[in-house]
Amino acid sequence: MAESSLKHLQQAANLTRIRAMSMTHHSQLGHTGGDLSSADVLTCLYLGGILAVDPARPHWEQRDRFIMSKGHCSGAFYATLAARGFFPVEQLKTFMDPLSMLNGHPDRNKLPGVEANTGPLGHGAPIAVGAALAAKMRGEHWRVFVLTGDGELQEGSNWEAAMTAHHYKLDNLTVIVDRNRIQQGDFTENTIQMDPLAPKWSSFGFAVREVDGHNHEELMQVFQSLPLEPGKPTCIIANTVKGKGVSFAENKPAWHHGVPTREQLFMAAEELGVEVPW
Amino acid sequence: MVVAAPVETSAKTYDCREAYSRTLEEMAAQDKRVCAVVNDSVSSTKLKKFKELFPDRFVNVGIAEQNMVGVGAGLANGGMVPYVCGASCFLTARAMEQVKVDLGYSKWNVKLCGMSSGMAYGQLGATHHSIEDMAWTRIIPNLTVIVPADPLETEQVMRYSLRHDGPMFLRISRVPVPEVHDRGYQFTLGRAALMNDGDDVTIITNGILVARALQAAKLLEQRGIFARVLNMSSIKPLDYDAIIKAAKETRGIVTVEEALTAGGLGGAVAEVLALHHPAPMRMLGLPDVFAPTGSAEFLLDHFHLNADGMVNAALDLLGENK
Repeated sequence: MAESSLKHLQQAANLTRIRAMSMTHHSQLGHTGGDLSSADVLTCLYLGGILAVDPARPHWEQRDRFIMSKGHCSGAFYATLAARGFFPVEQLKTFMDPLSMLNGHPDRNKLPGVEANTGPLGHGAPIAVGAALAAKMRGEHWRVFVLTGDGELQEGSNWEAAMTAHHYKLDNLTVIVDRNRIQQGDFTENTIQMDPLAPKWSSFGFAVREVDGHNHEELMQVFQSLPLEPGKPTCIIANTVKGKGVSFAENKPAWHHGVPTREQLFMAAEELGVEVPW
Repeated sequence: MVVAAPVETSAKTYDCREAYSRTLEEMAAQDKRVCAVVNDSVSSTKLKKFKELFPDRFVNVGIAEQNMVGVGAGLANGGMVPYVCGASCFLTARAMEQVKVDLGYSKWNVKLCGMSSGMAYGQLGATHHSIEDMAWTRIIPNLTVIVPADPLETEQVMRYSLRHDGPMFLRISRVPVPEVHDRGYQFTLGRAALMNDGDDVTIITNGILVARALQAAKLLEQRGIFARVLNMSSIKPLDYDAIIKAAKETRGIVTVEEALTAGGLGGAVAEVLALHHPAPMRMLGLPDVFAPTGSAEFLLDHFHLNADGMVNAALDLLGENK
């Protein structure tokens, strides 16, 4: 990928980061840590040209489906959808306001671009499996992507969905795990050990690739080579840092749903090389 | 209110699952969007033939109810109309959050077919009874809840479900029932069917208990008491007009359900009456208990969900039970 394109993606990801933090500062609620860890994956999918979606026709039948299973990271998700043109960036300022379309957790009936209502964990993977099955049944070629948290994988429904994806050979399905190693209360490995995670997915019949979830070149390469194996669903484990890009938030469980002060917002903007948007 | 002439209830009996599966096959033949999702329950959902006829539109997710409902939502996302079928006890209880979030809140066009509901699995015990499903499903916003009474109504509800854009829960029993609707009957969403007219007392019921309510009406008639019988197959939306009219025109209402009365049909009717036209009521169903083991017939009798039980409840309500 061209150096200039990568630079553009990095700039876009950091803009998403500061927008998500501004939203969280505005509402005094949000999930900063996961917003920051997932920003690069979201940016590559939506702004790197991976997802075939059309903001002018959010319900276009042939679109690729992206399901944000870790719905609590709505800050990064909404900022990405706005950057892709699904709704005005200005609207991000209404995050969690009374009657806002920007719920704390995504609502497909309110906001264009949202495929599924998520928030409770472990819902996205089964829905993604269903959408991938629908493409197979109808002989269509859309692809389905689902982004899950790593702590989220403690929900058994994900593994039920994984077995179905394998059984039905859903090579039009890609599960991306935001492996930031922190869940709400603690590090994942102190809570319920997730490692070894890649062999878990491969034993469930997935073609698995581990990548640096902040390296855009690596992310774009793996996204451009899907499916990794014909006849198999793909799992991409994106190794990430919770709070990535903002030194005071990086790798700290407290920043799972930490809310930045105005001062911290400016510190973050400086580190990210972007302006505080509002 | 729909007026339906009742037929004799001593006739041949039917397993409503046959009407449901036959209709689903016919709908799938006509509409390529129709597909089925099961949790291993191929035979108990009577979908063996569907699987043979439409192997590419049949998904067996294995014993995994949360996944089953989520997969249904995803299929709807992809433009299919999935019928997600499984034993009601597991389909509702095991996947309740998926039913709430992926169907009710998300408004996906998914049809849940809760099979062998109520106490149909009598001998298997309380784990396999589904006496809570009516209360659980009817309180979820956007979820339409229907309990058909006989093969004809089951077929009509199935056909209606394909025209209805939104999530539905269909409660389908395996307990044999006679035909209670005549051939001219037409199911209408949100409308109770008037099965027997009367001005003394009203019996409101649905599902497998409609036939028993008609027997109760006959027994009451022998005593000079004329009972109105309403088949409230549409639990949500509920026929407020028919309930309020019954409260105004008769001396009280007996609700009868193969479920916990709390939150179920009895609860639903009581809510309407309390707010719009308070009237004397009796509720037949399960009080705050799990049912013991026994055949479905035994358990229905055990909880007085039979003609005698309804007669006694009506007489008690009318102050004539000496």
